[in-house]
Amino acid sequence: MSELPLRAQLASVLGKGAASLSRATGRGDGSVIGGRVALKVEPDLLSKLARGRRLALVSATNGKTTTTRLITAALRDLGEVATNDQGANMPTGHITALSRYPDARVGVLEVDEKYLPQVIRDTKPAVTVLMNLSRDQMDRASEINLLAKKWRDVLRTSETHVIANADDPLVAWAGLGAQHATWVAGGQRWKEDSWCCPECGGHLKRDPDPHWECPECGLRRPDASWAVDNASDSVIDPNGGALRLDLGLPGDANRSNAAIALATAAAYGIHPKQALPRLREIRSVAGRYTSVVTHGVEVRLLLSKNPAGWLESFAVLGPPDVPVLLSVNAQIPDGKDTSWLWDVDYTVLRDRRVFVLGERRTDLALRLETDGVAFETADRVDDVVARLKGERPDLTKVDVIANYTAFQQIRAAYGRVQ
Amino acid sequence: MTDTSSALRIVWIYPDLLSTYGDQGNALVLKRRAELRGIRTETVHVLSSDPVPTGGDVYLLGGGEDRPQILAAQRLRADGGLKRAAEAGAAVFAVCAGYQIIGESFGDDADNPLPGVGILDVRSGRGETRAVGEIVAAIAPELGGGRITGFENHQGRTHIGPSARPLSTTVVGIGNDGQTEGAYQGQVLGTYLHGPALPRNPALADMLISWRVGQLAPLEPSWGERLHEERLNAALNA
Repeated sequence: MSELPLRAQLASVLGKGAASLSRATGRGDGSVIGGRVALKVEPDLLSKLARGRRLALVSATNGKTTTTRLITAALRDLGEVATNDQGANMPTGHITALSRYPDARVGVLEVDEKYLPQVIRDTKPAVTVLMNLSRDQMDRASEINLLAKKWRDVLRTSETHVIANADDPLVAWAGLGAQHATWVAGGQRWKEDSWCCPECGGHLKRDPDPHWECPECGLRRPDASWAVDNASDSVIDPNGGALRLDLGLPGDANRSNAAIALATAAAYGIHPKQALPRLREIRSVAGRYTSVVTHGVEVRLLLSKNPAGWLESFAVLGPPDVPVLLSVNAQIPDGKDTSWLWDVDYTVLRDRRVFVLGERRTDLALRLETDGVAFETADRVDDVVARLKGERPDLTKVDVIANYTAFQQIRAAYGRVQ
Repeated sequence: MTDTSSALRIVWIYPDLLSTYGDQGNALVLKRRAELRGIRTETVHVLSSDPVPTGGDVYLLGGGEDRPQILAAQRLRADGGLKRAAEAGAAVFAVCAGYQIIGESFGDDADNPLPGVGILDVRSGRGETRAVGEIVAAIAPELGGGRITGFENHQGRTHIGPSARPLSTTVVGIGNDGQTEGAYQGQVLGTYLHGPALPRNPALADMLISWRVGQLAPLEPSWGERLHEERLNAALNA
């Protein structure tokens, strides 16, 4: 902090004051308002706060918050780590995070996909971590091919070391613009946004998975030095050694996030064997994957905001006798267009007890009816759990999948569980 | 395609290029509403690397970003199958970028006109502003009247030529130009209601099926009808 120019110090202090006020008055966690106040005083504040630190920026459509948390945990052995762990992933949130940790030499910042080019230019990060790009909230987000092009353009002129998923063609194409890259074979379950070559539009040849190449222009998957092996729950490191993951977070998507985190930790000089125990300690991230116990039933909360995310959530559901509650809203943070529900295949839910909730439950109801999935409608998670427990006293678990504001409403009903 | 003369053949054109947001819903709902009436169906997904079969009953085209749209138009023109099928009387239902593609011409990202497939007499260009939000329109009386609802997300503006007619009159939202929404010519129909336009408008799905198989038995109202009402009320009272 003492190295900052006076004006930047003042901006940073005023921002922190506004953030505390926001928290004290219960209006929010202060991440956004603090940054906004600070930016008014010093428009270059983000560049100034970033100077002299080794930052890692983390961006993707899905898994940003979780991967930011995993990398932060892995880097703790280097000392204090500045991070925006409340998910405020735009420049105002970055300012608040860096102001909160003035002495941290290392930082890990989750960055909204649209803001990534600007934040790379402003913060000159040591590392930029890119995981996946897929359709998401298209009524307000830009087209992802355009987004990948913007990433590629900024990476071409940056010194940053890119650590990216080689199995996502759009992400790989963006990362191939960089001067230094480490490739991770992180897998890609959702492929509906990458059948065509990002370079020329040709129909990609995509077998055997995860290989991909364009028969028209020759663009192809870069060779990966790190790889996830889901079958053995392991990550293969650049020397070919297998590391058993045994994470506290479920699913293939989190194995991929962990592989990316281990590769990032290695770029900071931390051995995977040292980083791995730190990753295992994480069992929930800002309410994601957390469980609350109500009526004697463990209710697990899964956040999924788009088709790729729903596919990953279906893959981690409990056994078929575990009921699932689906809740969808269409407020501004969710995207006001529910068309994406039709991109998800719900037939995997056919043999399960299913409930639909949320402000757009009618959209979900039609979608499930069309896929031949039996369901019931409900207003509140707690009502459903009480009813199910009454019917089945031996019931121990239910899973809840919800999109953004629906998830926050459910989380709030259980006291903002972490 | 195998010989299934009694089945309704649904052909989804280029899901690899033209499937932006829920376009699959149109194929699923046509299939379901036909099968509920005992009509067998067969659905074919035609990739952009494959020839377009000419023996289909209903051809579906979805939305797409600028570059996939241009590629899809080039490939469909070079292939010729869609045009031959439409000329032979097949039904075509195209949304958003697909709607523009089946017209005479559409604008690229700099609004330079590019040739379309030419089975619907419309010409599209880029407007000043992007049209994003819920849309409601009143269907042309000769198509049975009633209202359609959907979500639009496009920058296109479409002018209807003498051989085509407007599908509907815009009530909420923009559609073609703030006045009309969509267009049709014979059994070729285009609309800016993107993605799952048929799930949200069961009557429109039934119209397309009946064009190929004749009059349909009515179905008990279910979630499609409820969603239609719900979205109509939400858009009209917003």
